[in-house]
Amino acid sequence: MFAKRIIPCLDIKNGRVVKGIRFLKLKDAGDPVETARRYEQQGADELVFLDITASAHGRKTRAQLAKRVSEVLFIPFTVGGGISSVEEMRALLSQGCDKISINSSAVKRPALITEGARRFGSQCIVVAIDARKKGKRWEVFVHGGRTPTGKDAVAWAKEAEKRGAGEILLTSMDQDGMKNGYDLELTRAVSRAVNIPVIASGGAGNLKHLADAFTKARADAVLAASIFHFGTFTVPQAKRYLKRRGIPVRIEERA
Amino acid sequence: MIVIVDYGMGNLSSVRKAFQFLKVPAKISSDPKQVARAQALVLPGVGAFGEAMTELRKRKLIEPLREAVNAGKPFLGICLGLQLLFESSEESPRVKGLALLPGRVKRFSRASGLKIPQMGWNQIEKSSARDPLLKGIPDNSFFYFVHGYYAVPSKRSQVLASTRYSERFPSIVSNGKNLWATQFHPEKSQKWGLKLLRNFGEIAR
Repeated sequence: MFAKRIIPCLDIKNGRVVKGIRFLKLKDAGDPVETARRYEQQGADELVFLDITASAHGRKTRAQLAKRVSEVLFIPFTVGGGISSVEEMRALLSQGCDKISINSSAVKRPALITEGARRFGSQCIVVAIDARKKGKRWEVFVHGGRTPTGKDAVAWAKEAEKRGAGEILLTSMDQDGMKNGYDLELTRAVSRAVNIPVIASGGAGNLKHLADAFTKARADAVLAASIFHFGTFTVPQAKRYLKRRGIPVRIEERA
Repeated sequence: MIVIVDYGMGNLSSVRKAFQFLKVPAKISSDPKQVARAQALVLPGVGAFGEAMTELRKRKLIEPLREAVNAGKPFLGICLGLQLLFESSEESPRVKGLALLPGRVKRFSRASGLKIPQMGWNQIEKSSARDPLLKGIPDNSFFYFVHGYYAVPSKRSQVLASTRYSERFPSIVSNGKNLWATQFHPEKSQKWGLKLLRNFGEIAR
């Protein structure tokens, strides 16, 4: 049985996990390695570390973090946040990180997707898309959702696939932080348009929202931050809920 | 010492870190002499079949690998490292594989509507209850897969476990003696992946 994935996302600033709402009111929430291990023990299928530090020093901290995480974490993990060159990708992958997520840098220079995919394989390259509804379509935003690009999100997802992306991490800017559920229309539109996995992100507030992303919007995985960080739900609760609704998830029977 | 064979295809540090975590001595090397002297070998790898064979040839690793297997040394292939053990692959039709196991590598059919490559967690159905590599690993355990091709061994006896995706495919193969290979990534498959690597460490000792 091929499982749908639950992916907690950790926001990292200066090597620490931070929690906040839409990058505001950030609070220190502990050591990334300990947090990551806790999620792994709970049965998270993968983890995403989104580094929101924006400095050269931060990049060095990020590689150290990838190294520390990879020594004790034995599920796949992705690192993202301001990565704009194959060299930066290599530095992180060689520290044991499995996938690199690129966002603004890929919009700015789409060839980066191809370069990364050629060098490390498509499975390493996650293209993150932040989109906001505009009329009947969705527009791609960059720089943490601050800058509109005029690009259509569905078309951009298709282009990313064509250029070698292995996965799409799709965040609805409208829903992000709202706890009203994922943007199902957006997720469905992108998932239909591409043949690579789509990770729904932005808006999960309860367990039904996770289920809806799978059953109504054909997502392959869901990313969630606040519902897990703030202890609203645990990963096992989420998985049991999904399993009861017939959604295939990885739950290990006790051996 | 287990030698993790480095031939420029993919990230080997995760495999080394998993062994390190398990306190199983292992090192990464691309030196044919070290490969020849190794007590046991792990052949990981991510990427294309043809390119991988070219890289192995360039580094003069093909003969040492074949000799090690024929000499009965414990050998574990992972992901592309499984596919390379076979005779050929649809991915690179004109390229010969290591041919340590009879059979060939096929592409997942696109007809199923499932996404190709398979990327994520899937279960194994064990066809052998006794194999030392699978000691203590329950039937239907989940492992992490990333692949668009799968091997079809000529002999059914070489399939230790299989997995269902767009079709049922062998997820663990073996020659019944000293050679094993997994289509999934044990180093990324949490508890049961580590258990499998620990079992290999025991076999290699």
